[in-house]
Amino acid sequence: MIIAFLAQTLRIAMPYLFASAGGVASERAGLIALTLEGYMLMAAFCAAIGSYFAGSAWTGVFAGIAGGVATALLYGVCSIRYRANQVVVGIAINLLAIGLTRFFLRLTFDSSSNSPRVGGFIETGTGFGALARNPLVWLGVLALPAVGWLLYRTPFGLRVRAVGEHPEAALSVGVPVQRVRWFAVALSGALAGLGGAYLALDQHQFTDQMTAGRGFIALAATIFGRWDPPRVALACVLFAAAETLQIQLQGAQLVPSQFVEMIPYVLTIIALAGVVARAVPPAALGKVNE
Amino acid sequence: MKTLKLEEALLPPVVALLIALVVGDLLILSFGQSPAAVYRMLLEGTWGNAYGLGQVLYKATTLTFTGLSVALALRAGLFNIGAESQLAAGGFAAALVGLALPAGLPALLVLPLYVAAAGAAGGLVGVVPGALKARFGAHEVITTIMLNFIVLALLNYLISTRFKVHDTLHTAEIKSGAVPRLADFASAFHGSAANVVLVLALIVVALSWWFLFRTRGGFELRAVGLQPHAAEYAGVHVGRVWWTSMALAGAIAGIGGLNYVLGYKRYYEEGFSAGAGFLGIAVALVGRSHPAGIVIAAILFATLSQGGLAVNALVPKQMVDVLQAVVIISMATAVPEIRRALLALRPAPSVKATAATGEAAT
Repeated sequence: MIIAFLAQTLRIAMPYLFASAGGVASERAGLIALTLEGYMLMAAFCAAIGSYFAGSAWTGVFAGIAGGVATALLYGVCSIRYRANQVVVGIAINLLAIGLTRFFLRLTFDSSSNSPRVGGFIETGTGFGALARNPLVWLGVLALPAVGWLLYRTPFGLRVRAVGEHPEAALSVGVPVQRVRWFAVALSGALAGLGGAYLALDQHQFTDQMTAGRGFIALAATIFGRWDPPRVALACVLFAAAETLQIQLQGAQLVPSQFVEMIPYVLTIIALAGVVARAVPPAALGKVNE
Repeated sequence: MKTLKLEEALLPPVVALLIALVVGDLLILSFGQSPAAVYRMLLEGTWGNAYGLGQVLYKATTLTFTGLSVALALRAGLFNIGAESQLAAGGFAAALVGLALPAGLPALLVLPLYVAAAGAAGGLVGVVPGALKARFGAHEVITTIMLNFIVLALLNYLISTRFKVHDTLHTAEIKSGAVPRLADFASAFHGSAANVVLVLALIVVALSWWFLFRTRGGFELRAVGLQPHAAEYAGVHVGRVWWTSMALAGAIAGIGGLNYVLGYKRYYEEGFSAGAGFLGIAVALVGRSHPAGIVIAAILFATLSQGGLAVNALVPKQMVDVLQAVVIISMATAVPEIRRALLALRPAPSVKATAATGEAAT
């Protein structure tokens, strides 16, 4: 029972771990990560296409990463190159992802709801044994620690943090601010893209709007975890555990599912309002430097 | 904002529409159709007949409310991403009032009640992020997004456990306060959902213009949006402007719920607000946060939405979802770029030109 609970929690947490790692990378460099949902959705679609036509799950993974990075680069062109408002562009990119995936779902598979079945890494089983056979699970567990190592243990990470806190100061000591932002946004696209690929390959198909707000839960985890990788990972697991509990207790009708759905969002608002301990975003988040 | 030059206001939407047109061509060609034929069908299905026009007007009515809601907050320097749930809350409150009222009361008598209920519910959803920002500095972009999920889940809970008609996702039908449809005055509109809430939308547009540009409160709101520190120094209570303008923005979006609940279906249905809040951001952006511009932008986006249905036989209607997103992205990208280009062209930057760079809608 406990083991099954933990396994299901890990499985649900997986897309959150990937996407919030992308969220940390992006926001620590000063780029608002409202786009995680769009990256994931585009990546899920590309992963399904890749896996379907190449007949290999790994091709799907790389196609998913490519889809996530391409979407992130579009965000970069607008927000870094042309200094457009990140909130507006971010929301529009999510709408674009919904529209494009729907359009090409019709074009490719003549369906408005889902793709045919595609190959994934594991065919059956939901326990730890099955999870351990999925290489993406290992990558997902490592995503946030890797971003944490990058941010706090490498010169590049130092630059990312400098760019996100005080771009003018970073610029004055010779940090190529724009280039650092490009790397960060591409990295966030790749990481969220892995999350999207995980979803499509785990469910063995692409379905319309299959990310279903997971990108925003990942953003909530990023904020609730105060942009700090270990805390963000905890937030992801916490949100996933709440969902798992709700699924497993569905028969018992203890708490309506809608109230469990609210948990990540309510916690994030509380964290932002600073009732317990204030979540303070990177100082230059969303600001463009002229 | 009066310093906004005409070419600076008009160029970005034109550029954005041209980019959207090119993307649209590519999508249509990828589906093996002729762009000219598809665009002709799009226009004929919207502006070519009274039914299509009625549907455009109906959709533009909701978008006018949400666009105005976003624009008002933008003028105060705030991003209201919450129009979606404010709209839903307004519609839900109106439905509750409608269910409680006895049947057969005349519309003119109960309409103020509906407006008050919808406005209050939307305003309540709006005031929360405004107050959180004023009191704790919590960023309104994140709190409005999170509140969207919270409010929609709460409404879903209330509908599914208490108010829904069996086997549906909507409430029972409202008994009193029938709002006439346009078809009641001109039979050519028969079947379309356009209704008298349209007039209400135009009244709210006019009132918003009057408030923004002719009252002290509107002046303070715009001052805070342009330069909060300067406004504070001039004696404006910035925190109070933040929460009142978010409450007002929420109320306007909430009243928009009447278009569906009172004017069209006569019940609240789960998910009726889907997308209207996000498109409101697009409308506010393309309309340059000006009440008159918002009406035009709402009609444009409504035409695209309805046009998608009209061309579905040739290309997937999802094409217009892509086009709407492309318009927003290119608009957001073109606005600062074109301003920089125009500023560079001008011989000597005047005081007016520098004031315009502070405009919130970029």
